[in-house]
Formats: sequence, structure tokens, C-alpha cells
Amino acid sequence: MTDLAQDLLSSFVVAEAGLNGAKNLGVVNMRKEALDRFEATGFPTTRDEEWKYTNLKPLLKHDYKIMLKSESAVSFGDIKQYLLSDLDTYKIVFINGKYSSWLSESTHQSYDICTFAAALNKYPDIIKKYLGKAAPAGETFVDLNMAFADDGAYIRVKANQTVDKPIEILYITTDENGASFSQNRNLIIVEQNAEVQIMERHQNIDEAESFTNFVSEVFAARDARVSYYKVQNDSDKSSLVDNTHVKQTTGSNVHVGTYSFGGKLVRNNLHFYSCGEHAESHMDGITIIGNEQTVDHHTLVDHKEPNCYSRELYKGIYLGKSHGIFNGKVFVRQKAQKTNAFQQNDNILLSDKAKVDTKPQLEIFADDVRCSHGCTVGQLDKNALFYLRSRGIPKREAEGLMTYAFASDALEYVKIPQLEKRLNGVIAKKLGINLEFSL
Amino acid sequence: MIKIKNLKARVEEKEILCGINLEINPGEVHAIMGPNGSGKSTLSSIIAGREDYDISGGSIDFEGENLLSLSPEERAHKGIFLSFQYPVEIPGVTVSNFIKTAINESRKSRGEEPMEARKMLAMMREKTVLLEMDKSYLSRSLNEGFSGGEKKRNEIFQMAMLQPKLAILDETDSGLDIDALRIVANGVNKLRSKKNAVMIITHYQRLLNYVEPDFVHVLYNGKIVKSGDKNLALELEAKGYDWIKAENT
Repeated sequence: MTDLAQDLLSSFVVAEAGLNGAKNLGVVNMRKEALDRFEATGFPTTRDEEWKYTNLKPLLKHDYKIMLKSESAVSFGDIKQYLLSDLDTYKIVFINGKYSSWLSESTHQSYDICTFAAALNKYPDIIKKYLGKAAPAGETFVDLNMAFADDGAYIRVKANQTVDKPIEILYITTDENGASFSQNRNLIIVEQNAEVQIMERHQNIDEAESFTNFVSEVFAARDARVSYYKVQNDSDKSSLVDNTHVKQTTGSNVHVGTYSFGGKLVRNNLHFYSCGEHAESHMDGITIIGNEQTVDHHTLVDHKEPNCYSRELYKGIYLGKSHGIFNGKVFVRQKAQKTNAFQQNDNILLSDKAKVDTKPQLEIFADDVRCSHGCTVGQLDKNALFYLRSRGIPKREAEGLMTYAFASDALEYVKIPQLEKRLNGVIAKKLGINLEFSL
Repeated sequence: MIKIKNLKARVEEKEILCGINLEINPGEVHAIMGPNGSGKSTLSSIIAGREDYDISGGSIDFEGENLLSLSPEERAHKGIFLSFQYPVEIPGVTVSNFIKTAINESRKSRGEEPMEARKMLAMMREKTVLLEMDKSYLSRSLNEGFSGGEKKRNEIFQMAMLQPKLAILDETDSGLDIDALRIVANGVNKLRSKKNAVMIITHYQRLLNYVEPDFVHVLYNGKIVKSGDKNLALELEAKGYDWIKAENT
């Protein structure tokens, strides 16, 4: 067992009593059982099929602080650049895992946009109904998060409500003195025919190492509509394991977009459980990384009911010595007739030293379905490059334009224009091109 | 304008051009004809700067400059344009943004400011009218899902926008119906002036009915084996290439 695992197990005894929800026997038991499961399994190694291409070992060697110090010296100016400044939004901001009321803009009026800590203490019925019901027990990082997660965003949109402006969730890590390990958790409940747009970001604003194990549970009730955008553009010293589990019922429509531009190691475990007819599940993403960065997308769509649709489109562009991993699983259960599932992962390697492992998987137990999947790994088309250059577009711009064109259809479902603009800006910067024109 | 001297080129070990000599002056239209595999497209690609060939001998001089030392984009900036036989589809880049980028890159190379957006738009409108294209072309992805005829027309649209000194049309007429051929020819004729030159690569006489050439050359086995005026094209149309082949074996 590694050092971090040992540290976590021994610190739980001390931490336990101080965690939110300590008065809720149900939560206390969930935490204990989760920790027991974690103790039995420990962190995964490359011998686990699901972690074959992503080696956690170097990450687990650091001496992380587990109980992060509260930090009140962070001002709005320090975090402003990580928010969409040209858009009015609700904001839920955490500094070193603790909610910052002065940097946030929450509400309880028509809907609850507040904290998981508050929900743990104030809404035992909701917690009992939803907590841990999407993210499955038995997954190491989910278990570990269940044991420790103390705070995060809590969003509950009641039936027929549309949240009037997007919600930004920002997790800031700041510690100049050493490595930190943090675990936060979102609980997002969107009731019948309700609608919400959420943006989320984890950001380390110091030079020290950080490692985040994050869980987000999303429940989309009948005909609910959820757009959930994850912007990952953290420092080269920051690692993230994001476990997002979405449970959908009849007629709901959920889109999760994951835009990965940075971080030392990012692992996205994104799971959709399609538990009602005519549900639509959309997941897409753009990954543009370089240096020695690793981004690993592990997705799962579990079609349990008939007549559902899932669409998955991931584009990857790899520079330097970066490493991209895509593993997409689609299950179609026997009952899930007339499922329509699409999955595609396309990658471009812009450097000889960059590497991609891609593995689309379909497991179909129904006999009347339409499923397609595919993956490509390639370089830029030489013919197309010559075509652009012969019109006077310099090589570097031509490459950038083609790379942008390759990636841009994964932005098609972004419904917030300001976010789309921001993402285009980041992509242009990453590719070294001028994208002032609207493509 | 352009002087090609004893140009030799090969791909791997195969010699494709075996000593081409050709001079084109401002105001002239040259047609290059010849049977399949004679080296016509290779010649046009090499002038435009495609890097798949080994230049094993000879030179190309463009307005006093050694063309072979320039990159494709630098050649475009100097005023060379190649209308592709098979235009490439580039999803995600619209025709208007593509042409805007191309024009402004050429201006930048000459130290000029980007063209004013209003002026650019007016020019685009004018050229779409000239080529009888619907305005919706401009917001479509470059060549994506275009029919063969639309792609060729889009090439001539780009030519009309870029106003090159030397336009090379590589089998622009192939795959065009009579109406499209007339429209494309009209676009080419609009560009013709005392300052510009056109090099037309074609298998057939029909485009030359609309764009009348000053010179016609026959390329065979990597060499220009015969040159003449527009009557040579008519002769080829009537007699085929067999007599040329017979004379040169």
C-alpha cells in the first residue's frame, strides 16, 4: 500500500468527527463503509484493466497535506480570470475545499444553489434519497471521496424551473508550501422538466503540487435538461481524478462537455446511466495538451431502457511528449431495444513523441439497436496543408487552422456563447493561431 | 513573367519532367495539352510549390526571382495561383473566412494592413455574382459536400478574389457541364489583362473556345514536343494524340 493511502486511512479517525453530516447516522455509516472498501482495495495500479495506460504511482509518492489549511486571503482579483467575466452567473467558489461565501453568489429563492455541506446538515431526506445513488460504491476513488468529502456544490432545481443564469463552480487550491490533496463533491438534482447550465473548473493558483479526487453526482428527472461544461486548464503540477456520474430518467437530456487543455494528469471517469425511455445523453470533449501532460477519458454509457439516444464525440490533439487515453464503453442491456448509440474518438498527433491509446468498446445484449463506434489516430492531411499554403496561408497558420477545424465540431453543443468564445480563445492560443474571425 | 528552363523532376526514381522549356509573358494565355500521364499536373504542382517532387535540374524564374527557393505561401504572395484539379475539403473553415485569411496574409507579406471588412464583403458579393454563385456559398465549409462543379467554381471564385499575376488552371474544365463551363470561362476572361497571364491545363478544346489561347503546347513524356497557336488545339481535337506519340517514339 502506498504512502498516500496509509496517510488517508490514519487521518480518517481524526477527520471523521469534524466532517459535515457527522450527526447523520446514515452518512456516518456510508463514510465508514466506503473507507473500509478503500482499505481493502487501495489505489489502482496499471495491472487493473481500467488503469492500464495511466500510472498513478508517481502521483501517490508525494507527501500531501490531507487537511488543507483554510485560506481567507484569496481575493476576487486572484480568481477573476477563471470565471466568465462578461456574463452574469451564480458562483459557487471553494478555496482549499472550503466554501467562500464572499467570492460566491448563491441563492435559495426559486432553486437551491449552495453547498453540499449545507445540504448534509440541513436536508437529511434529500441526502438519503440521492447521496451515493449515482456514483457507485466499489470504485476506489468514489469510495475514497465518499469517506472524506465534506463540501462542494449543491444544486437543486425544482420541477418546471429554469435557472435564470448559468452557474459557475470554481475549486481553487492555494498553498505555496507543499503538496495538497483535496476531495470535494457535487450533488446536482434537476427535477421534472427543469433546466440548468453549469460550468466547472478546478484551479491550482500556486506553484506547489496538487491532487484532487472529485465526485459529481447528477440526477436528471423526467424531461429535465442539463448542460454541464468542464474546463480543465490547470497548471503542470496539478492532477485531477474527476468522477462524474449522471443518472437519467425518461425524456431527460444531459450534455457533459469536457475541455482539457492542461494539468499534469487528468483522469475523467464520466458515467451515464440511462434509466428511462427517450433519454438523450451527450458527451463530447476537446483535449489539447503538450509537455508531459496526460489526459485520460474513461466514459461509460449504460443503456438500461429502450428508445434512448447517446452521442459521444471526443477530439484529441497532442503535442510534445503528451499522452492521451480514451476508453469509451457503451452497454446496451437486453431490455434497451431501439437504442441509438454513437461514439467517435479522433486524434491528431502533432509531435513524434506524443502518444495516444484509444479503445472504443460496445457491449450489446439487445438485438434491435443502432450502434456505431470508431476511432482514428492521424496526422494533418498533407494535401489539405498544401492547398491552404498555395493560397498564401503560412504553414503554421495553415496547420493551426486545420487543427482547429478538426477539433471544432466538438464545440457544437456549447450553448453559452461567452463560454464558446472563451474556449475558442484558449484553443487558438494553444494552437498558436489567430482566430479573431468567427469560424 | 515566368521562365522555365530545362526543368527536370522526379518522384522517387521515376523521371516525370525531362527538360521543360517554357516562357510566359504578361497578357498571354498558354494552353498545355497532352495525353494522360504526360506530366501536365506535375508541372503545375511544381510551379505552385508542392513538395512531393525532386527537382533534379533546371530552373524557374518568376519576375526575376528563383521560384524554386520559395515556399508555397511565398509563391502565392508573389501572385501565383493554382486552381486544383481536386480541391481539398476542409470542414470547419468557411469559404469566407478562408479567403479573408488568404487575402490578408498576402497583404501582410507586402506590409499592408488587413483589408477593411466592408470592402472585403463587397468584393466577395461582386465575385459571387460574377460566378453566379449563391451567397450561401460563403458561409459553407470549404468544399465540404460541394459537387464537382461547385468545387471548380469555388476555385475560380478564389482566383477572382486573389487576383493573381499567373493563374494556373489544372483541368478546371473537367467535370463541368456546358453552363458551368461558360461561367468559369467568363470568370477567367474577367481576370485577363495586359498584366496577368493564364496557363490552362486541359485535355479538351472546349474550354479554349471560351478562353482563347495565344499559345498551345503539347506535353508528352515529360517534354514539350510541339507548340503552336490556337489551331494546334483544334488539330488535336480532330486527330487525337496518336500522331504526336508516333512522331516522338
